[in-house]
Amino acid sequence: MTPTQTLKRTPFYDFHAAAGAKLIDFAGFEMPVRYTGDVREHLLVRESAGLFDISHMGEFHVAGSGALEFLNRVITNDLAAIAVGQAVYSPMCRPDGGIVDDLLVYRSADHFLVVVNASNKDKDFAWLKERCPAGVTLEDRSDDTALLAVQGPRTVEVMRGHVPDAVLDLGYYRFATGTLFGADAVIARTGYTGEDGFELYFHPRHAAAVWEGLMAAGKGVGMEPVGLGARDTLRLEMGFMLYGNDIDDTTSPLEAGLGWTVKLAKQDFIGKDTLVRQKEAGLARRLVGFGLEGRRVARQGSTLESGGREIGKVTSGSWSPSLGRPIGLGYVETPAAKSATLDAVVGGARQPAQVVKPPFYTKGSRKSG
Amino acid sequence: MASYPEELRYTAEHEWAKVESGIVTVGITGYASDQLGDVVFVELPEIGRKLESMKPFGVVEAVKTVSDLYAPIAGEVVEVNTALVDNPALVNQSPYEDGWMIRIRPSSAEPLNGLMSSSEYEKLLEEQHA
Repeated sequence: MTPTQTLKRTPFYDFHAAAGAKLIDFAGFEMPVRYTGDVREHLLVRESAGLFDISHMGEFHVAGSGALEFLNRVITNDLAAIAVGQAVYSPMCRPDGGIVDDLLVYRSADHFLVVVNASNKDKDFAWLKERCPAGVTLEDRSDDTALLAVQGPRTVEVMRGHVPDAVLDLGYYRFATGTLFGADAVIARTGYTGEDGFELYFHPRHAAAVWEGLMAAGKGVGMEPVGLGARDTLRLEMGFMLYGNDIDDTTSPLEAGLGWTVKLAKQDFIGKDTLVRQKEAGLARRLVGFGLEGRRVARQGSTLESGGREIGKVTSGSWSPSLGRPIGLGYVETPAAKSATLDAVVGGARQPAQVVKPPFYTKGSRKSG
Repeated sequence: MASYPEELRYTAEHEWAKVESGIVTVGITGYASDQLGDVVFVELPEIGRKLESMKPFGVVEAVKTVSDLYAPIAGEVVEVNTALVDNPALVNQSPYEDGWMIRIRPSSAEPLNGLMSSSEYEKLLEEQHA
């Protein structure tokens, strides 16, 4: 598929093109879905290290007196419970409990960095702008932010000597600022793969220096660029959400198994009343993980059954390169969520599936704490 | 763009066909296998199955997507490539040779009539991307 001329490009487009990447339209950007192969790239991240261009994501700068209270009012997780130099993952809910987006908030001494899905950037900015009180500044800095991720068990070998040593000791979901190949960067021990790694935020004018610097630094461990195709199978193996598939405006974080990000003891936030009521009443449906025998994959939209009756639909489904079997996520009626097995309808046939509590892949190298 | 083997004939659904000693071998093109990405499973028909032209005869599962396979011609399945059971990646590695999928005894005498030549297929792909 050849993208049209109206697609945006990240600062790293030329590197993807030169590497022969297959480029697709993703959230209005011309992005690399793969370079050499989905399975190869996926396994490279699990075994060594991969380099991801995720500059299409959105970054908002929030500052001013009242910034913390403002953000704490729109997200379900609790910013007051995290330290400066720490990040938090949270859904941002509607009054009816549906999810506007899932995002990260990085807490600095005098501002917050809010990182959102590329596909929701405009929607999220409008949502925040509408609710932003006087005295709080909200700026969309996406166009001035390049974002790369190095992910894999050998990440530290790639980064050593190119970032301050203290950065290599950062705990999971902690971040620091530092110089990376001449660029002032926010260097965060975050990621979407379940492996150790860093996400690197810096100004696009340093794009070539940082990309080339990282590729050279990663040569010793065989690091290569990795596309969005592998990014999706890596996150699915961890049971991480993909907005638009597993969560959206119609799903609540409690249904999605994100109760750990919902701090109901926090003072009022958008959606709190609904979520409190939902918790008390019990959930009608829950997101479950499942694995199939055989090789047919139950993809998004496939029907899930129990005892011959439809009980839900697949929200994400793919072949798992690390497990060598099809896996997926889907919402099912709560009683069915408690059984050990269900059926997936694939290619017109009923395939037996095991219910699995994610993560599917349990050998990831991401730091714990 | 890659060129497509001259001795083969092609369909708009990205299958290729060649006839040898009256038997037609069928697979998918490098364009198709490239679009699909890593193939993890090929569902092939049973030997003896009767196929109709341009109707599905099987399924190819890739990591990220699934696609039907369409019979380029009518006929009876006389052989399937069992090597694909253990090594579906052959479809990506060698789409025109080791990645062949089925062999058909055609119903008609001139089975490849109406299929595209290599240059016609290439032109179709160019038009699809225009």
